Amino acid sequence: MKRNEYDVIIVGGGITGAGTARDCAMRGLRVLLIERHDIATGATGRNHGLLHSGARYAVTDQESANECIRENMILRRIASHCVDETDGFFITLPEDDLNYQAKFVESCLAAGISAEVIDPKEALRMEPALNPDLIGAVKVPDGSVDPFRLCASNMVDAKIHGAQVLLYTEVTGFIKDGDTIKGVRTYNHQTHKAVEYYANITVNAAGIWGQHIADLAGVKIGMFPAKGALLIFAHRVNGIVINRCRKPANADILVPGDTVCIIGTTSTKIPFEECDEVRVTPDEVNLLVEEGAKLAPALASTRILRAYAGVRPLVSADNDPSGRNISRGIVCLDHEERDGLKGFVTITGGKLMTYRLMAEMVTDLVCRKLSVDKACETAETPLPGAGGKNFREVAEKIWENPTTVQKAAVARLGTTANRVQTSDSLDQSLICECEEVSVGEINSAIERLDVSGLTDLRRRTRLGMGTCQGELCGCRAAGMLAKAHGCADKARDDLKDFLTERWKGMYPIGWGDALREAEYTQWVYKHVLGV
Amino acid sequence: MKIQEFTASAHNFEECMKCTVCTAYCPVVPVNPRYPGPKQAGPDGERLRLKDPYFFNQALKYCLNCKRCEVACPSGVNVADIIQAARIRYDHTPPKLRDRMLANTDFMGRLARPFAPIVNGMTGLGVSKAVLDATLAIDRHRTFPKYSGRSFEGWLKRRTKEQAKFERQVAYFHGCYVNYNYPQLGKDFVKVMNALGVGVQLLDKEKCCGVALIANGMAKQAAKHADKNIKAIQAAVDKGLNVLTTSSTCTFTIRDEYPHLLQKENDGIRDSLLLATRYIYQLLEASTAQLKFKENYHVRIAYHTPCHLEKLGWGIFSYELLKMIPGVEFTLLDSNCCGISGTYGFKKENYEASQAIGKPLFDQIRSLNPDFVACDCETCKWQIEMSTGFTVKHPVSILAEAIED
Repeated sequence: MKRNEYDVIIVGGGITGAGTARDCAMRGLRVLLIERHDIATGATGRNHGLLHSGARYAVTDQESANECIRENMILRRIASHCVDETDGFFITLPEDDLNYQAKFVESCLAAGISAEVIDPKEALRMEPALNPDLIGAVKVPDGSVDPFRLCASNMVDAKIHGAQVLLYTEVTGFIKDGDTIKGVRTYNHQTHKAVEYYANITVNAAGIWGQHIADLAGVKIGMFPAKGALLIFAHRVNGIVINRCRKPANADILVPGDTVCIIGTTSTKIPFEECDEVRVTPDEVNLLVEEGAKLAPALASTRILRAYAGVRPLVSADNDPSGRNISRGIVCLDHEERDGLKGFVTITGGKLMTYRLMAEMVTDLVCRKLSVDKACETAETPLPGAGGKNFREVAEKIWENPTTVQKAAVARLGTTANRVQTSDSLDQSLICECEEVSVGEINSAIERLDVSGLTDLRRRTRLGMGTCQGELCGCRAAGMLAKAHGCADKARDDLKDFLTERWKGMYPIGWGDALREAEYTQWVYKHVLGV
Repeated sequence: MKIQEFTASAHNFEECMKCTVCTAYCPVVPVNPRYPGPKQAGPDGERLRLKDPYFFNQALKYCLNCKRCEVACPSGVNVADIIQAARIRYDHTPPKLRDRMLANTDFMGRLARPFAPIVNGMTGLGVSKAVLDATLAIDRHRTFPKYSGRSFEGWLKRRTKEQAKFERQVAYFHGCYVNYNYPQLGKDFVKVMNALGVGVQLLDKEKCCGVALIANGMAKQAAKHADKNIKAIQAAVDKGLNVLTTSSTCTFTIRDEYPHLLQKENDGIRDSLLLATRYIYQLLEASTAQLKFKENYHVRIAYHTPCHLEKLGWGIFSYELLKMIPGVEFTLLDSNCCGISGTYGFKKENYEASQAIGKPLFDQIRSLNPDFVACDCETCKWQIEMSTGFTVKHPVSILAEAIED
């Protein structure tokens, strides 16, 4: 075997790429995953983190709804450490048509989604944050899922099964032999080296950037970039997901995720060239807060932490200008069949919720092409970290009397939290105070999870995702990275990038406490630390 | 309401800028490594507890509820309220027998009063202290406050007619300490008020303010006390009376802890409930009454501001009043917590921390060597007397001894 030769190369380190790498590796293939930035930097890390029950799509798209509920139940099993089983409400407000509720319940049941009509008073008792004016409520098995954790767990498991992962490596071109893709040319942004890798099949799992990858391979895919903006509130206002029981529209989902809650989304068509630099506009912020306050009135006066936007990797099918009515369906393209280009397949469309199914579909295709006859096992095999009834049980299995730091580690890492050193007071001392991330947990992430900078660390640990947005943890973690990587200058630049990135999300909602906090952060860094 | 015109959160926990000044001012943090500190236990912990109640940490019981964190906070976060509210909401472990005994100050007082000499004799014995230490984990170093054989209420009731003669009237919330342990303070209060031309009435019915119940995990019982007290005080306020107290903590509890921790609305009484020293100071300041002081009164007084009085912002009335007394050489002690915090310091597990917290205060008192210490709080008094040997007198009692009989 030549060096740099694999059975399959996967382009894209989002949830689809990570899931595909895991599936391919579990079926015994030699896998290389290539990602331009870090894991979960595209749509994977820029959504609600909603564990859809599928109810949202039940009325308009039974197929998607059915896929969702099946994957929902699978994720609860295989990724219990990434999932919070909160349930969800679809509420009807006085301005909504209550007749829609009957149609909605009927469609849910047809798609296999349990949907129970709840008396509005009872719903308000179960979720006091609800708009008290509601006239109807339906309970569905929604939940929340941490996309960073889910992506990282898939990546870890892929590596356990022999896959290789290259981050910060960009595909710059393809190696072609006639009508066959033989491999990829890459450029590593950290080592600044260009390297070629070979494989029988290359999977394009680059999300919205798949259009560009296809271009490099010489085939055309028309993506439909639709920007979705979201707001993060500083604490959990609600414990149960809140949706509007009406035709899907803007800002009608409020998801409690980890220590925060998230309202979204909007949907705006944007040119493909803008995919790398999406910004949240003041109009979007206004719309999100105003519509959000209809779901949970407290949002009108709850501190906002930051705003962010993602780009849905939809494949354009019609001329709908909003992008709302395009199916969220999975698109798996065999370019040999479609364009006569061998050794190249694309997996796109779909949703965070259906990543595993997408991975299964494309891995099936890859296996057929490589004549590998092994069935998919990803629906049954738990991801590393999954297990236990709840995080309390897991924590108490590892430690007799778990401390807050240990509880927090288990809530993030599941059963793999047993690898986090917490034996002495230094290990247990806090780096990130808002999210209770300890020295031990940071060290464990640096050792095991391919961390090259602070932002990578954030995606793997929630460092800097809390109220202070990096004010206290940034410099501490930068110190640890400087020690681990042996370079203080790099860590200083990294700290600057990290804080700039945090500020980017605060800028659109820069008022009140968020602005005070940002000002205070500036004092700390500029005047106390002299950075 | 305009969207995002202001933001609100329970006890303002979202206003926290993470500056950590609360933790720097916390008296427990330097002496008890098991306590996570007010920032971590308060606003930071709250976000985690909202995520999952499993994040509630039993170490929150180490909070003294001295409120020094709240005084320090530049962002108006009610840090200690967040911590106490979390204990009320999430801690479902039933209180121990010891905690029930310590917390039910009025019940224990009623029980002990008829047998006061026996009880006092017993609790003073080294052997009883050892037994309490071993069986109930009440630290052996502690001396229980003595019970009085006759209640203050009974004493004042016998003087109802005499007090009614004064044209100006106030109602007095005496609290458990004055009623069961130290009626002399109540008598001193009546003496001073009468000298000012003010008659003193009892409330229709008063219950213990409930501060010790709140601190010991019996918030439901405290809420019942609150209902009764608010009703009784409201009745006095409706008659146009101010309601005075001689305990800074009772005052603080009724004014602030009732609405913040027990969700008891007290707007109708809040402005009429005053600490005696504040009322007296205001009378003298406005020259609506005068006090005649003894001519040969010469004392050196060091004044300790109780934490709850500091939180109320009323310490100034007490010490300005003391400074008015001719012949008083006055020193204001540095702002420090004495460490006892009501029932906290009585518990064996807190004894060492309690003494370590109070050390800077004790050291300062010893180096000043005053004739006695002045303080508006009964539990600070026990702590300072036990720890330094200096006598602690209430400002009202000092006034009573400084005025002409």
